[in-house]
Amino acid sequence: MTDAILPPPKKDPQKRTRTQTLPSGLRSRAALGLTAAAAEGRFMLQVCGECGALQYPPRDACSTCLSTDLPWRDIDPAGELIAETTVRTSTNTYFRERTPWRVGTVRLDAGPSVMCHVHGDAPRGGRVRIINRLDKSGQGVLYALPPEGTPHMEDDPQLREITADPKFRRVLITDARSENAVALAEAFAKAGASIIFIGEPEGWRPYPHRAALEAIPNVQIVPLDVTDTASVTELAGEIGGKTDILVNNARFVRPGGIMDRGDTVFARDEMEVNYLGLMRLAQSFGPAMRGRGADGDNSAAAWVNILSVYAYSNMPAFGAFSASNAAAYSLSQCLRAEMRPGGVRVMNVYTGPTDDAWHQPLPPPKVAPAALARAIVSGLKDGLEDVFVGDVAKDLIERWRAGAKVLEREMSETDGGGA
Amino acid sequence: MNVHATDPSALLGNLAEALATGAIEVVDLTHTLDQDFPVIVLPPEFGQCARFRMEEVSAYDHRGPAWKWHNFTCSEHTGTHFDAPSHWISGRDVPNGSVDEIPAERFIGPVCVIDCSEGAAADEDFELTPEVIEAWEAEHGRIPAESWVLMRTDWSKRRGAAYLNMREDGAHSPGPTPAAIRLLVDERGIRGFGTETVGTDAGQGSHYTPPYPAHFYLHGAGRYGLQCLNNLDRLPPTGAMLIATPLKIKNGTGSPLRVVALVPGRT
Repeated sequence: MTDAILPPPKKDPQKRTRTQTLPSGLRSRAALGLTAAAAEGRFMLQVCGECGALQYPPRDACSTCLSTDLPWRDIDPAGELIAETTVRTSTNTYFRERTPWRVGTVRLDAGPSVMCHVHGDAPRGGRVRIINRLDKSGQGVLYALPPEGTPHMEDDPQLREITADPKFRRVLITDARSENAVALAEAFAKAGASIIFIGEPEGWRPYPHRAALEAIPNVQIVPLDVTDTASVTELAGEIGGKTDILVNNARFVRPGGIMDRGDTVFARDEMEVNYLGLMRLAQSFGPAMRGRGADGDNSAAAWVNILSVYAYSNMPAFGAFSASNAAAYSLSQCLRAEMRPGGVRVMNVYTGPTDDAWHQPLPPPKVAPAALARAIVSGLKDGLEDVFVGDVAKDLIERWRAGAKVLEREMSETDGGGA
Repeated sequence: MNVHATDPSALLGNLAEALATGAIEVVDLTHTLDQDFPVIVLPPEFGQCARFRMEEVSAYDHRGPAWKWHNFTCSEHTGTHFDAPSHWISGRDVPNGSVDEIPAERFIGPVCVIDCSEGAAADEDFELTPEVIEAWEAEHGRIPAESWVLMRTDWSKRRGAAYLNMREDGAHSPGPTPAAIRLLVDERGIRGFGTETVGTDAGQGSHYTPPYPAHFYLHGAGRYGLQCLNNLDRLPPTGAMLIATPLKIKNGTGSPLRVVALVPGRT
């Protein structure tokens, strides 16, 4: 079993904060397919489209028939740990700082033997399951885990390097007024977050669930309005150095596209909150988080954006809102690139219509606040980069991958082509 | 100082001297334009009053080495602000109804201050009624035509959520009844009406007939509104001069502004 991590001690103010070093991020273009799969926590390998041979490691031509038709497929992760060792030192700075480090070879039931990192509880010579996850340099790597859960297995130091587990971490959730805030705070409290800061805009007007927020353990309500640069800067000055996970929960949603609105007032609000709000938060909180990626058990770990899946393909009934989310989606890619040197993950959680006042006339399925909160916390525990929550988002991304232009035409029907 | 001077140059000279000596004092009736100052809140499907926001453009740095400046955004009706007749549907056809069209001399005039602070302290939905106005006149004389009338409630001393005082059935703050506004507009011929609350109407003003009577009658008759005023407790009931000059916004329905009053000095 894994030793449970203890609540991290208060930081020694005389010690320099450790700089994030990174494992090698070099990959062939073919190998980036593993990274793309890891972003969603999927274990995928190439399977030859002509002869059906399973490929490992990733390559440009089939190892059996030289075909270049090598699509990525989800693979059965079960296998046997046939060799393992513990690395005690390394010429690579990242691993040198983190030894001992367990590595091994797993023979997959599906055929190939793969090199992988090995969890401390994975039995030598025993059954294991492979997970594919992003390492600190943002590249896909394989980990062998024990086939079933073991006590405190999430606290394995090697595993914690690739996850963003909220346990003992300090979380900032923006927009206390949003209907998601209570469910999010409850989910993080349950996941063991040590402080849950909730940013409250416009404390000069009441909202119904404030008392419910205050009743959640470890919650601290702080003033924060993502449309107000001064407010964002001030809060970052106060708690930026102890914000380990930031969940940007602020969203401005209104129905309508271009011609049925006739002005740019709501569109500006959508950009102010959904796009510029992210920019302000990232400019104020980003640098400190990027500087604390290796700051012990409560290091800065992840940045979470809640985005509409219609960032990928516009839903005309919420056309201007979709456009603001497309802008935020693009900015999140920039943020990811800027955060990467600090080892801080940017996780985008894409949702279809949410179960709130602005989507009230839409038919189900809709994503309830509790479902969104569960997806966020489990995504952090799994160390994911892209999470699609709910049937609508999962369906839409499949259709987008199958053909973005086809999807665009489908979305132009009023019901989003069945979405 | 010759208080009986009638020559305009001498009058202005006397005024300048009185301002310099403090014989006449300037009272600032304005709240600071602050990101956290409340604005009126409407049902969310309607367009909303933009909050005051400020972005730094440069601050003696690489973005502009020797200067500091900001871009700011807000509504015409954010913070201490002026309402022009074109703000309300009843005033949409009034001549000179927008802030850029109002003759400049209309921005300076005598002011009467009706002290409702005791009533507002006891009842957050306190109403300014004709009876309250008539009782004030019995003490201070008839309200002159073309004067501003300000309703003092000390509401400006409230902070945070207590200012809008918003509950599930809407905001609760003092204001005038329809009959009181008709008395001021139709019978006294006032130039404008001002309050310390977020609007010239009561928090529950939508439940009068007509809804929002101060907006409806004032602007329908081409009169002006001032709201979110501050420091009304520093004005005498009569005898002060109000200076309220909105920005000259083309077709503007209102404007944030610096409102000041000239009052007899305490020295």
